[in-house]
Amino acid sequence: MSHSVELAGIGMTFGATRAVRDVSLKVQAGEFFSILGPSGCGKTTILRMIAGFIEPTEGRVLIGERDMKGLGPNQRPTAMIFQSLALFPLMSVRDNIAFGLEARGVGRTARHAKADELLRLIALEGYGDRMPGELSGGQRQRVAIARALAVEPGVLLLDEPLSALDLKLRQHMRAELRALQKRTGVTFIYITHDQSEALAMSDRVAVMSAGLLQQVATPRELYENPATPFVARFVGETNAVAGRITAVDGGLARIETELGALTGRAGRRAVAGTPGTIYVRPEALIPGTGENALTARIERVDFEGSFALVHGRFADGGSLAASVPSTRLADAPAPGSDAAFAFAPAHAVVLGDE
Amino acid sequence: MSDLGNRFGAGQSTVFLALVLFWLAGMVLAPNLMMIDYALRPNLPPAAMGGPDDTYSLANILYLAGEPTHRAIFFKTIWASGLVALVTFLVCYPIAFWMAQRATVGQLSAALLLIIIPFFINEVLRTLAWFIILAYRGPLNSVLMNAGLIEAPIRWQGDGGVLAAMVYAYILFMLLPIYNAIESLEKAQIEAARDLGASTWRIHARVVIPHAKAGIATGFVFTFMLAAGSYVAPSLLGSPGSRWFTEIIYNWFFEGGDWNRGAAYALVLLVLCLTVVLVTLRLARVNLADVAT
Repeated sequence: MSHSVELAGIGMTFGATRAVRDVSLKVQAGEFFSILGPSGCGKTTILRMIAGFIEPTEGRVLIGERDMKGLGPNQRPTAMIFQSLALFPLMSVRDNIAFGLEARGVGRTARHAKADELLRLIALEGYGDRMPGELSGGQRQRVAIARALAVEPGVLLLDEPLSALDLKLRQHMRAELRALQKRTGVTFIYITHDQSEALAMSDRVAVMSAGLLQQVATPRELYENPATPFVARFVGETNAVAGRITAVDGGLARIETELGALTGRAGRRAVAGTPGTIYVRPEALIPGTGENALTARIERVDFEGSFALVHGRFADGGSLAASVPSTRLADAPAPGSDAAFAFAPAHAVVLGDE
Repeated sequence: MSDLGNRFGAGQSTVFLALVLFWLAGMVLAPNLMMIDYALRPNLPPAAMGGPDDTYSLANILYLAGEPTHRAIFFKTIWASGLVALVTFLVCYPIAFWMAQRATVGQLSAALLLIIIPFFINEVLRTLAWFIILAYRGPLNSVLMNAGLIEAPIRWQGDGGVLAAMVYAYILFMLLPIYNAIESLEKAQIEAARDLGASTWRIHARVVIPHAKAGIATGFVFTFMLAAGSYVAPSLLGSPGSRWFTEIIYNWFFEGGDWNRGAAYALVLLVLCLTVVLVTLRLARVNLADVAT
């Protein structure tokens, strides 16, 4: 049984700081939803408001269409996975997983049976009698998930649970989390500052900055159609060139920059006669001159395996990042030279400055 | 040991070790050995000391076993000290939990200050304050009577007064170890337990208290030993019906003039205290080393 989560204009003020301002969004039942933002953007505060550890100072939290006002974390159909996991170190793995059932008064036999069933689900069968300290990081991670799932929550809240793992394990756990979510059908709300994590796992992503919701969209939409300059810069790498928008027509915007006139798709707030910025992804830049091209002094070329990342500096002081597939490495310009990179207008977006 | 030598050099290390040895031998070992020696010998006039009657025996200890009043006071002292430790724990645990997990930095410093300030004053004077508060015509009775809660003044002195004064005197010894232990408990553990649906009671029983076990055992041991060895509180606040075993020992030394019997009584108290401490630690599965740190 999974629940939807709706945030209706919630805000949180701690003393003089407004940690979260007027955030409204709706997470569908059974969705894998991520909240992405740099540290201090208010994402953890939002998660804690959904869990019930803090009450929002403004607005309402609805879980499964029900207003959660006044209900504590032990009365909400949510379960949280903490950044530190917070496994109980003095209880066996089985007792950890069964703790929520114990709190609900489920008998010993029944709750141990359920714990063993969950241990099978997370592929840790036979580990029930171990102590959490005897498990590896990835195993502890899975125990924390099993402990949360044991109470059959309608919504699972995850607070950067993978941040303590090394890269390889993190990538493995991403796939595992995603599979687990599909299998159980539980709504996942996942907090992270790691954009690749959010893009790879989520059905939809909300991007936050300084307590404000920037955009809620599918990963692809977020990457291709960033709604705000913050999203364009924060999600994925980008080349940003500032200028003045001269014309907006047929979904395309023309912008006059120090690097010449450039054309891209017209995004939000792209209005002729106002200051704006054009954003181009590194992979959209193709070595060579053209009508729509950026010229930069090349500083270095980093070979990354499947592609090489060309770094340079524009005449206006901005930095260039262009990726060249390894199969076309011969096209990459040499460091120290001036080189031009062309791009199709459809692969760039022009946003009005905020 | 070689650590000490590396850090301070041979000269200083030798001085340190010599001082520690002197302390252990002169201040701990020697008096205790003398006490045992006294306890096992009969009380003789100076002329007979070293004579044929001066032999080692358990007579002084057996005297305690055969004297019903002293025996009763002895066992009463033991269980009453346990009660003091328990009540002190019940008072301190909520305060320690609040200080360690809930209080802001400002509240914590204010609380610590308020708790420590009374300890700037001598224990005798603090007990005397209780003597005044609990006096038959003292402030507590007059407040209760003015509030209409009681008709006539209550005689607080006796078991109740001794308990109150001891709990108050030993709060720090219980509070600080428990505070230290709970302070190291990660907040997320409590939140996780609550999030999983646990009641407040269950959170404490299953998460906080098991984590703080060593601190709680330390507090119990400290408080128990201090209470069992206490003299000021029972003598100031007690009544004839609430005599403490230390008072009996005192009487043997300074009124009965029988140091040997007094030493035997003190030895029995010491041995029993040690037993209680070791059993407590075993029950709590805590090492003596954990208590010391």
